[in-house]
Amino acid sequence: MPNVDSTRYTIGFAAVVCVACALVVAVSAVGLHSRQEENRSLYRQKNVLLVAGLLQPDAEVSKKEMREIFDRNIRIRLVELAAGDYMADGKIDPETYDQLRARNDPALSRVAPPNPAKVSRLPTYAAVYQVIDIKSGSVSQVVLPIEGLGMWGTIYGFLAIDRDGRTIRGITFYDQKETPGLGGEIANPRWQALWVGRHAYDANWEPKIAVVKGVGGPPEQFPHRVDAISGATITSLGVSRLVGFWLSDDGFGRYLAHVREGGKS
Amino acid sequence: MSVIDTLLPGKTRSVLLAPILTNNPIAVQVLGICSALAVTTRIDKALVMGAAVILVGALANLAVSLVRNYTPSSIRIIVQLAIIASLVIMVDQFLKAYLFELSLELSVFVGLIITNCIVMGRAEGFAMQNPPWLSFVDGIGNGLGYALIMLLVAFVRELTGAGKVLGFTVLPLAIEGGWYEGNGLMLLAPSALFIVALLIWALRVWKPELQEKD
Repeated sequence: MPNVDSTRYTIGFAAVVCVACALVVAVSAVGLHSRQEENRSLYRQKNVLLVAGLLQPDAEVSKKEMREIFDRNIRIRLVELAAGDYMADGKIDPETYDQLRARNDPALSRVAPPNPAKVSRLPTYAAVYQVIDIKSGSVSQVVLPIEGLGMWGTIYGFLAIDRDGRTIRGITFYDQKETPGLGGEIANPRWQALWVGRHAYDANWEPKIAVVKGVGGPPEQFPHRVDAISGATITSLGVSRLVGFWLSDDGFGRYLAHVREGGKS
Repeated sequence: MSVIDTLLPGKTRSVLLAPILTNNPIAVQVLGICSALAVTTRIDKALVMGAAVILVGALANLAVSLVRNYTPSSIRIIVQLAIIASLVIMVDQFLKAYLFELSLELSVFVGLIITNCIVMGRAEGFAMQNPPWLSFVDGIGNGLGYALIMLLVAFVRELTGAGKVLGFTVLPLAIEGGWYEGNGLMLLAPSALFIVALLIWALRVWKPELQEKD
């Protein structure tokens, strides 16, 4: 038995403990990575269905059923943000396109212009989800990925816009680190329901929808106001700004203009 | 001797069972209250959190006890912390892989097991002086004691706050067309303090030896 309290032994022991603990952490993180990634992508798909109203928040559906609903009702398309058009040739497969990764790839993204939503990089192509009306086969709404800075970190979500290019059909946030009970309430379906039926743009097609203090009121009366969350001023402001940014011409503004003109789908 | 005596001789049994009632970590030692407030709004959350603490507590005690004779006393706390933290990360990774949607709500609090006074306290107070098997059992016992209180609190909160038990509607809420007016306070953290206090009161009436002399 060596002298347990000698400096040399102490340093050696600490090193061994560190290596052993690092091994445990590394093995569990690497070994479970693919399963976690699958869960994340499924959860994103689920949120697309939720925001499009194809799935109720408290509905119990299996992974298989969910995939079926997704495959039946949703068509993923890539949009070139700067022009607002769908990607012409199929050089990237929309099904496997990872927008979050592309955003950090210099070849597939650019630095975003300064903006209040604190979005730092913009992908060249954004994945949008067309919601297909099964009876007529036409696109009834589009689901857009949105992101921006909240209080504690980046908020990721989806915004569903009617094919009129103006009416909000739903909003959801699937990844956020806001304070539970305060800013975290943006994940509450009841708050998200306040957005439904309001107008993203004003009569001149400028982004108008905003989260405001006080009462938002019914959509018919106040089409551009959503009631803010008490005790979560910064988060509310963050959401307001990020929605505004993605509705602007730096985000999906040009694309949505094409959507309301019909044609180019 | 009965089967239970051979499997769990006197000392081991008391190490396992004492923390469940007479030496309960929450109700008697008043440790680990923070997570008892945070994750007891629903029974399923409390269940997973309880299971996570049982697992981390038992494995941390086992690991700390195994190396206790080789651990220099000057760095023993940081060694315990490293062991507990690694186990907690492991549990968190498993939750993300197998119980994803629950992990979205629980991850923050699972991470806090690292600083949960119960796990740390048992590692320093028990596992450093006792052999591995006994320490392992002690970890399970304390985890069970913690989980029991979590479940009781979660049961009361979910029932009176949301009118449900394990997600099934028992008292139909007025806002959803039923007759029961949900108690909003029960869904907020302070209510857990009241319930834990009532549990402590009940336990002390039942077992007067737990009361301190004035």
